[in-house]
Amino acid sequence: MTTTTLAGAINDGLRHALTTDPAVLLLGEDIGRLGGVFRVTDGLCADFGTSRVVDTPLGEAGIVGTAVGLAMRGYRPVCEIQFDGFVYPAVNQIISQLAKYRHRSGGRIAMPVVIRIPYGGGIGSIEHHSESPEAYFAHTPGLKVVTCATPDDAFNMIGQAIASDDPVIFLEPKRRYWTKGEVSGAPALDLHRARTVRTGSDLTLVAYGPLVAPALETARIAGEEGHSVEVIDLRSLAPLDTDTVMASVLRTGRLVVTHEASRTHGIGAEIAARVQEEAFYALEAPVLRVTGYDTPYPPSRLEEDWLPGVDRMLAAVDRSLAH
Amino acid sequence: MPRTSAKTSAKTNDRQDPIQLLTPQGEAVSDARLPFDPADVDLPALYRDMVLTRRLDTEAIALQRQGELGLWPSLFGQEAAQIGAARALLPSDMVFPTYREHGVAWCRGLDPASLLGLFRGTTLGGWDPRDVNFNLYTLVIGAQTLHAVGYAMGIVRDPVGPAVSAASTAAASAVLATPATPAAPAAPAVLAFLGDGALSEGETNEAFIWATTQSLPVVFFCQNNQWAISAPYSVQSTVPVAQRAAGFGLPGIRVDGNDVLACLAATRRALHTARTGGGPTLIEAFTYRRNAHTTADDASRYRETAEEKEWAAKDPLARLHAHLVATGAADSAYSAYFAEIEAEAQTFAEGLRARCRALPEPDPSLPFEHTYAEMTPELSRQLAEHRAHLASLQEISGPSGERA
Ligand SMILES: Cc1ncc(C[n+]2csc(CCOP(=O)(O)OP(=O)(O)O)c2C)c(N)n1
Repeated sequence: MTTTTLAGAINDGLRHALTTDPAVLLLGEDIGRLGGVFRVTDGLCADFGTSRVVDTPLGEAGIVGTAVGLAMRGYRPVCEIQFDGFVYPAVNQIISQLAKYRHRSGGRIAMPVVIRIPYGGGIGSIEHHSESPEAYFAHTPGLKVVTCATPDDAFNMIGQAIASDDPVIFLEPKRRYWTKGEVSGAPALDLHRARTVRTGSDLTLVAYGPLVAPALETARIAGEEGHSVEVIDLRSLAPLDTDTVMASVLRTGRLVVTHEASRTHGIGAEIAARVQEEAFYALEAPVLRVTGYDTPYPPSRLEEDWLPGVDRMLAAVDRSLAH
Repeated sequence: MPRTSAKTSAKTNDRQDPIQLLTPQGEAVSDARLPFDPADVDLPALYRDMVLTRRLDTEAIALQRQGELGLWPSLFGQEAAQIGAARALLPSDMVFPTYREHGVAWCRGLDPASLLGLFRGTTLGGWDPRDVNFNLYTLVIGAQTLHAVGYAMGIVRDPVGPAVSAASTAAASAVLATPATPAAPAAPAVLAFLGDGALSEGETNEAFIWATTQSLPVVFFCQNNQWAISAPYSVQSTVPVAQRAAGFGLPGIRVDGNDVLACLAATRRALHTARTGGGPTLIEAFTYRRNAHTTADDASRYRETAEEKEWAAKDPLARLHAHLVATGAADSAYSAYFAEIEAEAQTFAEGLRARCRALPEPDPSLPFEHTYAEMTPELSRQLAEHRAHLASLQEISGPSGERA
């Protein structure tokens, strides 16, 4: 059992993968000597050399496009995109090539590629440095999309993502990079399972990545007011573990979904649709969403109020319970 | 085919020796590749631009340290490249900057305080690009090169734009230097800034292709400050920037980026070529980023202090200062002139500080209002929801705005 930050846990996970599997290599801008702008790859280049930890030219299409070729040759590339807002030059390679390769090749060619992206808001950055692009990727068949909320999950999930024979978009909630926690070494939960992080009987609150902590805080405050809120950390956005969500909603009868990404066509919409399809008669209130608004991320001075937080989650819990 | 040996590339490097018109010691020299008459420029004015620009930079760094700005990308060391390039422009020319062109912004007459809003987090833009023909800063590497090309396409389609023909292309390429003020009102040209790292983005390469195949009036001005955050230029390329131009079919010219005269002369010539139908040019200003990439970066993790020292000795301001002193060009009483500029810089910095702190806080409705031309019904609902939420916070915490 060790205590580390979420960034440190990903670093440990990458180190473990580089040590145990010679096919693993890292590609990205500034990931070598600098250790990445968030220091997630700190020290790895020094220990594994420049052919395993590659400082790439400044081109995201290049990073992902070459990863496709490397994967065909039997490697397991782990790409780092420096910030969420800079993944878009690579989107053609991700959506048209990486995601479809297995399908195009009739199942003959696997794409065991991980694309790590620091994502989400809450660090007061300038434009393009706070984005929540998860729905674009989750909407693309062939891609798996996951995100972690704790150091323990970060360590385990990066290892599982690298071991996956499918491409995985690995979203790292950048405002949680410095969150400390224990890495237990206990057997890991399956990569695509949601986790119930707090049990409750009155309402189900579903969150992921950066919003798991505020969701837990919401549940704590609601608990003080006599309401028992169950909190589920989705962990995997594609595929979605609807079984865990459904089982919870069947017990509580109420559901609130929260994410930082804008509301319309977001992950929350998908979950709401599935729940009403399968658990309509168990619902005692409409499914509510607490999300970013349908605007680009605002200038950082407006960000704190623009992003969903405990206050808006509590208000949604109240609204749901009032039904 | 044999691999290119290090020797060959060193030779190529020699051939591409940066053009210099002012030595690091401040001596004016000539270079047959770029004929230039120093009488064509106002040297003391260039010096003033550089001093004030450096002061803007120093002040912004101080403001960042005091928590007034979230981030600042410093231009320290790149003043000659920026002032030289910018002072070659006519007001009607359009500029597409990256996020580091504070000196160019200064020369365009943009209020320096409006540069700070983006980094303070009060705005995503801060100015109307059409006011002084200076586009918004572009943070996504390389993207602006294509915008510049499209803008140039617009210019040649304008009824008032120049007719671009093969004949005028040939004529224009014969033009070497041009006077500071052309006699007739000139057709606009476009000046796009980019870094050496940006050359690796696909979009930049697409921009070169579009610009050359359509012979567009656009000049690409690459400040090769040798670093893209922690990546040295050798990560991007094995040949000098200027040499890469040939493969696209546009002229590449390599100048000493710490030499304001060479930067000015090269840009003036390239803009003239562009506006007279001669097509695009890629200028490489070979320079050095003397500070870290931004205030959030730690350059000591990836580069040697010896290199930083070496480039300190090539400082662009020091060399123009030395030249002005040696030639007495500033004034016969040049020390008074320098003192005047210093005093001006001091007042400028104080004003900037005050105006940074006074930048208006954005209204919470701002992102909603500016997402579409007209707010959608859904966004109106969301704005109402947001206002109600903010009001409820006020109730909880009282009018001070403190969060519970
Ligand atoms: C598409 C994209 N990828 C990555 C980044 C992150 N980033 C910001 S500046 C920078 C280095 C740019 O280097 P260069 O083009 O040489 O310009 P300089 O900063 O040296 O002026 C990087 C990688 C970005 N802004 N945009």
